[in-house]
Amino acid sequence: MRRPRAVVVAGPGTNRDRDTCAALMRAGADPEIVLASELVAEPWRLDATCLVVVAGGFSYGDALGAGRMLALDLAGETSDGAAGDSKVAAALRAFVDSGRPVLGVCNGFQVLTRAGLLPGSLGHNQSGRFDCRWVALAPEAGSNCVWLDGDDAPIECPIAHGEGRYVHPDPDALSAAGQVALRYAGPNPNGSVADVAGVSDPSGVVLGLMPHPENHMTLRQHPAHRREGGAPAQLGLRIFEAGVEHARQL
Amino acid sequence: MGHGAGAPGGGHFVQCTDRVPGGPYGQEVARWHRLTIRAIDHDARSDHIAGGAEQLGTPLPQAPSVADVLYVSGDLGDDGQRRLGRFLIDPLLQTGSWETPNHAGPAFEVTLHPGVTDLAAQSLLRAASQLGVAVDGAATGRRVEFSPDTDRALADTVVRRLVANPIIEHWGEGLAEPTEPLAGVATEPALVAVRDLDEAALAHLGDDRLLALDLLELRTIQEHFRSLGRDPTDVELEMLAQTWSEHCSHKTFRAAITVGSDERSTMLESLLGQLRSCTTAIGAAFVRSAFDGNAGIVSFVPGVTLALKAETHNHPSAVEPFGGANTGVGGVIRDILGAAHRPIAVTDVLCFGTPTVPADSLPAGTLHPRRIREGVIAGVADYGNKIGLPTVAGAVWYDDRFTTNPLVFCGCIGKAVERPRHEGPDPGDRVVVLGGRTGRDGIRGATFSSATMDASTGDVSGASVQIGDPVTEKLLIDVLDGAEDLYSAITDCGAGGLSSAVGEMADGVGADVDLGLVPRKYAGLAPWEVWLSEAQERMVVAVPPEHREALDHRCERFGVELADIGSFTGTGRLIVRSDGHVAADVDLEFLHGGRPERTMTAQLPNPERTEAGVRDVGDVAVTLLALLRHANLSSRAAVVHRYDHEIGGATLVRPLTANGGHADGVVLADPADDHGIAIGIGINPWYGLHDPEAMAAAVVDEAIRSVVAVGADPDRVALLDNFSWGDPRRPSTLGDLVAAVQGCCTAALAHATPFVSGKDSLNNEYADADGNRHAVPPTLVITAVGHVPDVSACVTTELTTPGHHLVVLGRTRPEFAGSHLDDVLTSTGRYHPSSVVPQPDPAAPARYRRLHRAMAAGLVRACHDVSEGGLAVALAEMCIAGDLGARIDALPHDDIATALFSESTGRLLVEVVPADLEAFVATMTSADDVPTVLGEVTGEAALRLPGCPPIKLDDLVAAFETVP
Repeated sequence: MRRPRAVVVAGPGTNRDRDTCAALMRAGADPEIVLASELVAEPWRLDATCLVVVAGGFSYGDALGAGRMLALDLAGETSDGAAGDSKVAAALRAFVDSGRPVLGVCNGFQVLTRAGLLPGSLGHNQSGRFDCRWVALAPEAGSNCVWLDGDDAPIECPIAHGEGRYVHPDPDALSAAGQVALRYAGPNPNGSVADVAGVSDPSGVVLGLMPHPENHMTLRQHPAHRREGGAPAQLGLRIFEAGVEHARQL
Repeated sequence: MGHGAGAPGGGHFVQCTDRVPGGPYGQEVARWHRLTIRAIDHDARSDHIAGGAEQLGTPLPQAPSVADVLYVSGDLGDDGQRRLGRFLIDPLLQTGSWETPNHAGPAFEVTLHPGVTDLAAQSLLRAASQLGVAVDGAATGRRVEFSPDTDRALADTVVRRLVANPIIEHWGEGLAEPTEPLAGVATEPALVAVRDLDEAALAHLGDDRLLALDLLELRTIQEHFRSLGRDPTDVELEMLAQTWSEHCSHKTFRAAITVGSDERSTMLESLLGQLRSCTTAIGAAFVRSAFDGNAGIVSFVPGVTLALKAETHNHPSAVEPFGGANTGVGGVIRDILGAAHRPIAVTDVLCFGTPTVPADSLPAGTLHPRRIREGVIAGVADYGNKIGLPTVAGAVWYDDRFTTNPLVFCGCIGKAVERPRHEGPDPGDRVVVLGGRTGRDGIRGATFSSATMDASTGDVSGASVQIGDPVTEKLLIDVLDGAEDLYSAITDCGAGGLSSAVGEMADGVGADVDLGLVPRKYAGLAPWEVWLSEAQERMVVAVPPEHREALDHRCERFGVELADIGSFTGTGRLIVRSDGHVAADVDLEFLHGGRPERTMTAQLPNPERTEAGVRDVGDVAVTLLALLRHANLSSRAAVVHRYDHEIGGATLVRPLTANGGHADGVVLADPADDHGIAIGIGINPWYGLHDPEAMAAAVVDEAIRSVVAVGADPDRVALLDNFSWGDPRRPSTLGDLVAAVQGCCTAALAHATPFVSGKDSLNNEYADADGNRHAVPPTLVITAVGHVPDVSACVTTELTTPGHHLVVLGRTRPEFAGSHLDDVLTSTGRYHPSSVVPQPDPAAPARYRRLHRAMAAGLVRACHDVSEGGLAVALAEMCIAGDLGARIDALPHDDIATALFSESTGRLLVEVVPADLEAFVATMTSADDVPTVLGEVTGEAALRLPGCPPIKLDDLVAAFETVP
């Protein structure tokens, strides 16, 4: 079967790029890590690419707020929500407009919101602290997102973030538009509005989520795998498989 | 603003690197614009301050509000302000104002001292340049506004105790202004007249310059320069002091030691020599390199090696907990890079004072244990989380004796494809510095950490403490991983900075370097400051000229700065140039071989080894619950969840089970790999107070047992030692150390488990106002790293199935000295007679090998080591982890206190399927070793112990989840 080419975007301080590559590989893609600086210099790299993942980590140390600096690299001046004016911003916009899937995980989600590709914003966790623990994510029935496979079984995977509290002025409208993709099932770990864990853009090809599905690609990665046996339906890999499958059919 | 992980905010003035510095301190700089940013939703930092004030007994009438302040200099204009504001303020999360804030109550602003790393300011400069806004300087700070009904003095106390730290920050009421880095007093090397000094003047010079050398060492230096017919430069003198410091040269561990009285004294092999000999005697085939270079190296699977290292970062963490722990993690990761391995995981072991100690009772200059704990944990989390390594194994130990001297042990493991050793540098290779720039940070860290602390330590050594920059180090990993063929030698810039790194690499070869080529954070540094600066995130590599270009390309790709500062020469001399002067011309043989070896006197301890000392525990349930609530034994979840222990997807056995129970060891395994790496920790300073030798044997045993309990092969375990001790010039303290090293060696030989690396931190003492010295208890941390041949056979502490049998392995004896039972009895005012520290069990090594065979055969369903708190705590923890109950019918000793609460070594508690019980017991039984079948796992949510009403699982969980 064809392995769609995937680009994993990494900035200085991105640190789950390798984990993301491993998940993409397992999901049937042909991934390559491309640095943001390389993408800025050579936006044409997106031309032959079928899907893009902005990986998690702490780009530029998040010293000025999560994802802000990498979003500036990728999109120019856009905190007011306007489209960026750089060449790479135009290339990313064209990529999305052509229906090719884009995923932002954790820091990648923060980057995509600040770059204006996803609605809302991510603030400090309600606790004020970084938090790493496993969570369950319920796929939303009415979601428009191409990164979901239609199975409503909750996905389980870890979170690892300090700024993951999703904020949106009108989560009901977002939900009505099919843009809520995932909600925390069980305890809300960070105070996100309406338990929202992942959102998509109006077209459904861009998904951002705070948890790390790339860290649950095999059954034995689940912390309870010894006692209850892992369930394939819980795998975070499902998200990558759905995205790759969508890319394959384009 | 990026304060998510509890990082201290605030900042000093950071200049555009191409800007000429603004001149001497205090000179007028461009007009400061200040942007005050506030969270729209509740800012958790205000709760942290209010909660902290409450805990310290100085409650605030209302929680204060916290804002971030960005100071920007440059010709911004309205447009610049608007564009920067639009970039910096997220309208869904924040409000921002360029107006000067006006607040009715007390308000304080905190900014960093000049020279302290301010990553937010650096990012701001970069962003402004990308946005095309004319900014020539930036700094960050925090603003804390108290409600108008808050007493000013109270607000000041709260800021001092909870918000700001004078070591890295300055603050004041009202509005703060950023300050520029101080200009250096001298930019030329200066001669230091030592040749004509008498002993008193020499000693005075040593104190004055914080050289931390003894008189014999100073006289040796004096003689050396007399023979040369000249005085040393300040660069040479400081370099000698760093290289000869306890921190860098481990004088005590290399010293000849005399034991006993004058008539019958014996001379011992040096402590380091004993540990080395022990490893040689064991002769384990999997050891590739032990006690050589930056880290120990062992074989993992054919063609793959692991590098292992654990470090201490005690002194820095005492005065600036966040920065101290932060750079402790950064430093040990660089040790692994310096062994040419890719770091894969981090460990931490932390010792703090009791968190409930009243703030008013603390000695002068000492931070409250809560503050230290919060800062240290945030510092470890910040570095590990950002650099992208799982922080996996660890321990936390509380004791009043750690109040003035907290201990922070950081470890790192690396992995690499096996390759020939780097044998360079060769003459002609370039001296290349990679990574961060050099500033006036971390000056004299090696000598600082080799000295005793007192109330003034923070003031004097402020420059020794730094904040790390994990992103820069992450980029160093990216550059170096895969670049192993481009260099002939590599080492990290740690204590002593370039002076140590280049000095060590040049040993036997010689080098000629120019300090003018070292990239600086700011101008005005004296040559010795550049040479000694311990600015973080730097590596030194020896690069054959033909590989320079390839390395340049890698650095350019990842945005890592590369500075070629000279060459290795082949002359055997180290020449350091600065501005056309020769700042140092040092004979490397004298630098590395000239230090007079110490001869030290030890008085060995005489521990109680016979008296069993029975215990009356009264109500067993009450005692068990008190133990589970004990700060050292209760749930570590509050710490573990602040560390990213999932990154890499390889953490197969986690520090916490799914249900929040404690694991013994952790296991790392790549998702596609059957082989795993088990990591376990052993520590028990309380045993050390009674019997340092038995303590060492017990913690070696505990570390090994922890990895065997999760599935490691006991024939494939390597050990790391970390000794944190008091002043070894006191014979009794040195005697404790000698006994502990002997205990280590005896235990390592018994288990056939080699030490491969270690690090000692001595002089962990505090001199109070009356001159009394307070030393830490003898604290040995052992890290065991074992090979797991088949990760599908790994087990955890989770009970799995009602009806399965519970079996305890090993012998249980009345051994209570240093036990947690005794601590609980003491804290409730109950008398207990003296007793012995748990002694080594000669049958343990064979037992672990049999258990490993039983695990490989699938006969073990769950396993937990029995250690602090004894069998009762181990049982309770397994019930908690498995969310199941247990019924105990038989005990391993007739005395119930001994059976349930003694901490005898070598024991494990195992869950076995009934059909496998016979096979398991047969496998585990030998002439001198008979397991005890205790009872069984039950579906009832209770622990039933003989002669005791059932203890509800909910009560066990509630006690265990008590936050210290």
